[in-house]
Amino acid sequence: MAVIVTAGLTKAYPRVTALDHLDVTVGEGVTGLVGANGAGKSTLIKILLGLVPATSGTARVLGHDVAAEGARIRALVGYMPEHDCLPADVSASDLVVHLGQMSGLPYAAARERTSDVLRHVGLAEERYRPIGGYSTGMKQRVKLAQALVHDPRLVLLDEPTNGLDPSARDDMLGLVKRIGEEFGIAVLVTSHLLGELERVSDHVVILDTGRLLRSSATTDFLHATGSLLVEVQGRPDADRLLGQALVDAGLTARPAGGALIEVEVRDETTPDVVRDLTVDLGLGLVRMQERHHRIEDVFREGAAGSVHPV
Amino acid sequence: MSTPSESPVAPEPPGGVIHDLGYRPYAGPRLGEATVARSFFTTGLRNTYGLGRSARSKVLPMILLGLMLLPALILVGVLVQAKDLLGLDEQIVPYSTYPITTQLLISVFVAAQAPALISRDLRFRTITLYLARPMRRSAYVLVRFASLTVATFLLVAAPLLLMYVGGLLAGLPLARESGRFLGALVGAALLAACLSGLAALVSALTIRRGLAVAAVIVVLLVSYTVVVAIQGISYESGHETVGQVAGVFSPYTLVNGVQVVLFDSPEATATPPEGAAMGVLYVVATLLAVGGSLAGLMARYRRVSP
Ligand SMILES: Nc1ncnc2c1ncn2[C@@H]1O[C@H](COP(=O)(O)OP(=O)(O)O)[C@@H](O)[C@H]1O
Ligand SMILES: [Mg+2]
Repeated sequence: MAVIVTAGLTKAYPRVTALDHLDVTVGEGVTGLVGANGAGKSTLIKILLGLVPATSGTARVLGHDVAAEGARIRALVGYMPEHDCLPADVSASDLVVHLGQMSGLPYAAARERTSDVLRHVGLAEERYRPIGGYSTGMKQRVKLAQALVHDPRLVLLDEPTNGLDPSARDDMLGLVKRIGEEFGIAVLVTSHLLGELERVSDHVVILDTGRLLRSSATTDFLHATGSLLVEVQGRPDADRLLGQALVDAGLTARPAGGALIEVEVRDETTPDVVRDLTVDLGLGLVRMQERHHRIEDVFREGAAGSVHPV
Repeated sequence: MSTPSESPVAPEPPGGVIHDLGYRPYAGPRLGEATVARSFFTTGLRNTYGLGRSARSKVLPMILLGLMLLPALILVGVLVQAKDLLGLDEQIVPYSTYPITTQLLISVFVAAQAPALISRDLRFRTITLYLARPMRRSAYVLVRFASLTVATFLLVAAPLLLMYVGGLLAGLPLARESGRFLGALVGAALLAACLSGLAALVSALTIRRGLAVAAVIVVLLVSYTVVVAIQGISYESGHETVGQVAGVFSPYTLVNGVQVVLFDSPEATATPPEGAAMGVLYVVATLLAVGGSLAGLMARYRRVSP
C-alpha cells in the first residue's frame, strides 16, 4: 500500500518555487529523500504533516488528504524536525512522556512507551537529566524518540544525521534502518548526502530544486548510477591494462588517481565482469568497492543525460 | 534475576545492559482532542507553579503565593481576635481592594511565569513538536492562555478565600459576605484574564525570556503607576473624568472599576467610574483587553513556522 502519494504538488513561496509539480509515491519500508540544500525536502515534509498549505496539487498520507485531514495524519505520523526543538531545562524522559500524551496516549501508557522508546534509541541513565547538557548525538536520539513515542504508522525524519560525527551518524542510520525493518514503521528520511541513504533505504527519491529527479528502488539506483573503485596489482601497468580491457568490454572506465580505476556500473553483472577480466589478465584484485556518490554527482550525471527521471 | 556466573544462557554483560525486548507496538486507547487539551492545560497550570519542574522553578511562584496569603492571614487574625474590640462589622480590607494592594506581587508572578510558559516553546522551538501533533494551533494558544489565567486566578483568589473563611469564622453575616466574595471572584477572574492576555502577548512577541520578564514588568508597573498618578492629579484638580478614563489603562484600576460598576464594590482608586456611560466603557474595555490579547496571540502564532 502506498504510504504517501503526491500529485502535481506545488509550493510557491514569493521568491522561490520550493516544490514544482511533484508526483511521488512512497511505500512501506525506508525511503530516502535526497536533495541538495533548498531542494524542497523540508517543505515537502511540512506539507505532508498538514502544517504548510500547498499552492496547488494534492497529497495523501496513509490515505488521508493533507489539506483536509491534517490532525488525523498527525495522530498517525511521527515527525523529527531538522532544527533544534528541545527545551534545555526538562529531562528527556519528562519531555517524551508529555509529548506522548499530546499525541493521545493516556499517562500510564505514555510513561511505558517513553521508557521503551528511549531504550530503543539508546538513551540510558541520562534520560533523567536536563536535555541542556546532552551532546548533539543524544539530542538527535531524543528527537527521534519523541517521533516514535505514540507508535506511529509512518515517521518523517528530516536530516537526522545533521551535525553528527561519523560514528554517531552510523548509529543513527542503523536506528533508521531498524525502525523500518524491525519496528515495521514506514520511514521517510531526508539527507543531502545520497551515499548515507543508499545504505539504509529500500527506495530513494531525489529532488532537485523542487522537481523529481528520480524515484526508484535503491538497488536499481546503485546499478544505474554507481561506480566501482578497483585496485589491481601484479604488473606495473596493471591498472592501464585492466582499464583497456574494461573499455573493450563496453564498460566506461577511467583512471581515478593512484593506481585506481573507476568503473561505471552498468547493471548487476558489472562486478563479475571486472573480476573475470582481472583473472583473465592474470592480475590480482586488491579491492573493489562501491563509490559513494554525493548528490551533486548524480545531478551532474543527470544533466549529462545518463540518468533519466523515472 | 539470576547471577551472571550461574546463568546458563545469556549472562548479563558487565555494566548491566538491559535485554532488548524488541519493539512493542501500542494497541491501547488513544485519547481525543478534548482529553489531550485538558491534559495540556493541567500540565501548563502545574508548571506555572513549578510543579513537575526543577526545585528551583518552584521557589519564586511559591514565595509569591506565600506573600499573597500573608497579609490576608494577618487581617483574618485581627478580624477574628479583635472584631468586637475594634468594632468591626466587615472585612478590614475589602475583597475587591486586595488585588490592588498586592498588585506588585501579582505583576511579578505574571511577569515571571508568562515567559516560562509562552516564550519557552518559541525560544527552544518546541512549538514545532506541538504543531506536529493533532492539536490545532488555535487550541495550543487558547490552552496556554487558560493555564496562565487559571494560575493567576488562583494566586489572586487564594487570599480572598482565606479572608472569606476568616470572615465567616469571625461571625460576619453569611449572605452579605458570600455576595461580596463571589463578586470578588469574578473580579479576580477578569483581572487574571487581562493580566495573562497582556503578559502572554508580550511574551510571545519577546522570545528572549529575560527581555520578556522585563517587558511584562515594565508594562504592568509603569501603566499602574502612571494611571494612579493621573487619577490623583485629576481628583485634586477636580477633573475627575480624566482620571476615570485613565483608569482603563491599567488592568488593576480597570478591573477594580468593573467591580464598582457591576457589584457596587467599595472603590480602591481616587476616581472610580461614575455613571452608566463610564460603566459601559470599563466593561467594554475589559472585554476588549482580553479579546484583543487573544486576537494578537492568534495572529502571532499564525506566523510561527513549524
Ligand atoms: N517559509 C518560507 N518562506 C520562503 N521561502 C521558503 C520558506 N521555506 C522554505 N523556503 C524556500 O524553499 C526552498 C526549499 O526549502 P526547503 O524545503 O527548506 O529545502 P531543503 O529542506 O531541501 O533544504 C528554499 O529555496 C527555501 O529558501
Ligand atoms: Mg531541510
